[in-house]
Amino acid sequence: MRRSATIRRQRLTPLWLLLPALVVLVPMFAYPLYQLGLLSLFDYGQPQVSGGVPARFVGLGNFRALFGDQVFWSVLGQTVVFAAGCVVVTLAVGAALAMLLTRVGRVARTVLSFAALAAWAAPAMTGSVVWLFLFDSNLGLVNEVLGLPGYNWLYERSVAFALVGAVVVWHSFPFVMITLYAGIQAIPESVREAAALDGAGAFTTFRRIIVPMLRPLITIVVIQSIIWDFKVFTQIYVMTRGGGIAGQNMVLNVYAYQKAFASSQYGLGSAIGVVMTVILLVVTLFYLRALRRSGEAL
Amino acid sequence: MRKPLTLTALVALALGLGACAPSTEQPTDGTDAKTGTLRVWLFDEANRAAKEAVVKEAVAEFTANRPEVKVDVSYLATETRSEKYKGALNDPASAPDVAEVGNTDLAGLVAANGMADVTEDMAKWSEAGDLPKDLVKTVTVGDKAYGVPWWIGVRALYYRTDVFTDLGLRPPTSYAELVDAAKKVRAARKDMVGITVGGQYTFGAMPFIWDAGGDIATSSGGRYTATIDSPASKAGITAYTNLFSDDICPAKQCVDLTGGGTVETFAAGRAGMGILGNFSRSAVEAGAVKGKYAVVPLPGAKPGSIAPAFAGGSSLGVFRSATHRSLAVEFMQLLAGKKYGIKLYDAMGFVPAMKSARDEVTAKEPFLKPFIDTMDAGTRFVPVDKAWTTIDAEKIVPNLLQKVITRRATVDAAAADANNQITAAFAK
Repeated sequence: MRRSATIRRQRLTPLWLLLPALVVLVPMFAYPLYQLGLLSLFDYGQPQVSGGVPARFVGLGNFRALFGDQVFWSVLGQTVVFAAGCVVVTLAVGAALAMLLTRVGRVARTVLSFAALAAWAAPAMTGSVVWLFLFDSNLGLVNEVLGLPGYNWLYERSVAFALVGAVVVWHSFPFVMITLYAGIQAIPESVREAAALDGAGAFTTFRRIIVPMLRPLITIVVIQSIIWDFKVFTQIYVMTRGGGIAGQNMVLNVYAYQKAFASSQYGLGSAIGVVMTVILLVVTLFYLRALRRSGEAL
Repeated sequence: MRKPLTLTALVALALGLGACAPSTEQPTDGTDAKTGTLRVWLFDEANRAAKEAVVKEAVAEFTANRPEVKVDVSYLATETRSEKYKGALNDPASAPDVAEVGNTDLAGLVAANGMADVTEDMAKWSEAGDLPKDLVKTVTVGDKAYGVPWWIGVRALYYRTDVFTDLGLRPPTSYAELVDAAKKVRAARKDMVGITVGGQYTFGAMPFIWDAGGDIATSSGGRYTATIDSPASKAGITAYTNLFSDDICPAKQCVDLTGGGTVETFAAGRAGMGILGNFSRSAVEAGAVKGKYAVVPLPGAKPGSIAPAFAGGSSLGVFRSATHRSLAVEFMQLLAGKKYGIKLYDAMGFVPAMKSARDEVTAKEPFLKPFIDTMDAGTRFVPVDKAWTTIDAEKIVPNLLQKVITRRATVDAAAADANNQITAAFAK
């Protein structure tokens, strides 16, 4: 009798230890998510929020409207491509600079870290506006320097995406760089030395030694980047003025904002939010599985 | 592992049963306190000090014989006004008593049950008869009045007198002449566009569409039907988008301009002409072209005709959740009346809505003549329906224009698309 009581108490201990985390997570995360799911099933606009008009249950109506809208599909498609591009470039830039950090002297390292941290610390809003000034068609410094007066960087869809993508990368590579640099520093010196003695260059060391050893870290960084870049909002909203010429640079989050807040269709906006959440959950699960299969502990 | 799962399931079930529908706030009808602080929201302006002085004077007059009343005026940035309104709707305790409302915003606020019905108060007001009928329509939803038109603004054609004189041009009196003059200016002055127009400038494009006999939607029996893909509308869209050619206003430069962007371009001296409002005069005067411009009505396609202008401007209304309903109505009527209408004109150049006040300021200000001529020729308005909020927020008209300007779609395809979207907005 006594033994089973003890076991039960021991089993409950982890739950008690989870409680503080739950106290934070449930109100901050679970409840909004629950509301998001709930709202996505209703016709819920401004008259329903504040006007005393009862919210009408529409089942999956919002999702049907969404999936039947070809604009949604094209926005989803270009969000995926844009986010993928940003993730790849962010990782490439971040990893390259992390490698560079391990090879340069102290002064150069300090300067580079400081510059990267400054970019990281700049709020997305400020960064976007400053870049927009730099690339202004009439008064921008870039056009002045390149001798392209009047060139409109936002006119072509791909050029506009590339410009916004550059700002997104500029904002997010420092995280990748610092994280990977910390990881590389944690690799025993002797391992890298051995590689160097065997004649491995920077790239081979990175591919054969660092990547395999830092796989868990890289996975986390990739997932983080995917989540951030898939949810990009500020840079697109500010730089392309809410989605670009004729909506050509629209991404999912801006689209959701436009539907939910600008035009007060909170139900439809929530449905877009649910779709985004599901996509990101699938991405996360996929990576967790990949991690498990490769036998790495998290 | 079993227990936490059961627990989660239970919690989920409890939550699911606990709230089966999202919360809906009942609109509160407010109260009618006769003392305390009356809260007023007005729009911020570039030269707010002048507006503030007029409002302060009105407040002083209002509180002079109401010693127990204070008036607290806040100025809202126009770009973020809709967030402020939504905040006021969602949290009645933070709502103002009296608010300035862009006349295109009103229908959405009424649909959200946010505005007080002031039909009876207006009937009792001595100055009500002085309001022109077409403006009263902009604050009327169904057959109820939800505010007072305060000031109006229409757009007309600003042109550069110095450039026109140099090139021997006359101000255009038809669309064909406008195109011709614009091309000549652009050909002679490489650093200027012939006429500054914008792909995001809905109210710059609408006169061309209205002039051709088209419209965003037409109403019959209280129902709106989208008509942006009618042949007449498409003719107007073509007329406007044809101005975005390399020899007038190159697409790359002009496609993403807003109305404000065209004001900047004209004021900076980079355009031969521009479709600007009477309310933009102070911005133009502050620019490089001070003293080098004049204004004529925007011509229609038929020689000598005037293209119908959009009746822009703002109204004053009382929030439904106002805590000082009678005081709010009295203050609204004081501010919207003839006396302060004229004072506001003197300070800001906003043309008063009141007919008698309008006549008075026109008499002393020749600058206004082309605008008044435009108003007299008949103004038009956007659909007075909550769908306008959606049409505006989803940029349906700018998207249509931009698709045509960038040649990403034909007029037919882009207009058909927009027509479907507008139809869907009305169906909600």
